Amino acid sequence: MPLNRDQIAKRIAQEVESGFVVNLGIGIPTLVANYIPSSKTVLLQSENGLLGMGPFPTEEQLDPDLINAGKQTITTVPGASFFNSSDSFAMIRGGHVDLTVLGAMQVDQNGNIANWMIPGKMVKGMGGAMDLVAGAKRVIVAMQQLDKNGGKKLLKECQLPLTGKQCVNQIVTDYGVFSIDPQGFVLLEHAPDLTPEEVMAATEAPVRLSSTLKPVSV
Amino acid sequence: MNKIVKNAQEATLGVKDGMTLLFGGFGLCGIPEHSIAALSKLGIKNLTCVSNNAGVDGFGLGLLLANGQIKKMISSYVGENELFEKLYLDKKLEVEFNPQGTLAERLRAGGAGIAAFFTPTGVGTMVSEGKEIRNFEGRDYVLENGLRGDFAFVKAWKGDRFGNLVYRKTARNFNPVVATAGKITIAEVEEIVEPGQLDPDQVHTPGIYIQRIFKGEHFEKRIENRTIRKA
Repeated sequence: MPLNRDQIAKRIAQEVESGFVVNLGIGIPTLVANYIPSSKTVLLQSENGLLGMGPFPTEEQLDPDLINAGKQTITTVPGASFFNSSDSFAMIRGGHVDLTVLGAMQVDQNGNIANWMIPGKMVKGMGGAMDLVAGAKRVIVAMQQLDKNGGKKLLKECQLPLTGKQCVNQIVTDYGVFSIDPQGFVLLEHAPDLTPEEVMAATEAPVRLSSTLKPVSV
Repeated sequence: MNKIVKNAQEATLGVKDGMTLLFGGFGLCGIPEHSIAALSKLGIKNLTCVSNNAGVDGFGLGLLLANGQIKKMISSYVGENELFEKLYLDKKLEVEFNPQGTLAERLRAGGAGIAAFFTPTGVGTMVSEGKEIRNFEGRDYVLENGLRGDFAFVKAWKGDRFGNLVYRKTARNFNPVVATAGKITIAEVEEIVEPGQLDPDQVHTPGIYIQRIFKGEHFEKRIENRTIRKA
């Protein structure tokens, strides 16, 4: 069995270090917050203007003036701050955010990512994704290894319009954990129930195996 | 100095066909809902609207879209509005997508008298096509222009008759930068207070940016994605 969504999130949470400021995208990335241990001091940045995002509110705490970038109602943690959109992206573009985790439709071996548009079909816009991949110190992509039709998403070259060039550092999928170096994809960890060969077969681009290759532990 | 007007109808006087209008708000949070509702009744059209999002079907800028009043949108994310997607795919609406940070900075620059700026965001993507690319210290940056509007509409929590504004929580979002970038900026607030009641240290938007201010009655503050945790 490949990893489930929560296991992907749990694995990514292992990459979060104490003291980090982290921006989490919509979908699987949002789940990462559930698995950051309380022993680590981490501030979550929400690009609509909040540093120090807390859990979802109770019915009594619900406040329409307090939402995250996914437009969900949320709360703040002690030490939180509010700011305007220009300041928010100064933080992001200026390299002050340690880590961003976001979803993708395609990633290629050069570290290019496509996650905002399917020409003629889907027009939602890039939101803050282009700024995040351009500015965050570290970019991790959380996604399924294959699309709904079984198509490969880790490619030699992205086919869809790009969100950013040469910006992805790591990819965590239901099949395994990959890094990208100047020579392309490196498989660091594979899902416990899948062999490295099965992971490589589900990847269009060549994959090298890390000398420390091991099963994902979550 | 008294910038207080009676209501949204009076505040929107002078808005005409073909103008560029700027709107604060993120999703439905902190949008100038009374001004938008007043604009939807004005019968003006061919508008270029600049807003991070495009409202939802039936609320916020979705009202102006449904009336066919908008010719072009400049936005970063419109995934919440089905009508928008349909109008765009049917080529009945022009759309210019800007990365969210680029949109915020274009407004900030426009309001601050900066004609253009270089940003790393969007280099090598569709966003940078046809624009000047320049390399600084080994990294490529794309030239983006500042953005101004004929009218700008913002929503704040409290304001005074000088136009000083304080926003509340994440309802601040784009409002302060939008406020700086309008030739005429209109603020709608939940409460109008006497000058001096806002602590000068806590004012988010100094009154110089605001030309008209009014108190909105009964803000709906619709929640887009109500998410609750069990107590």
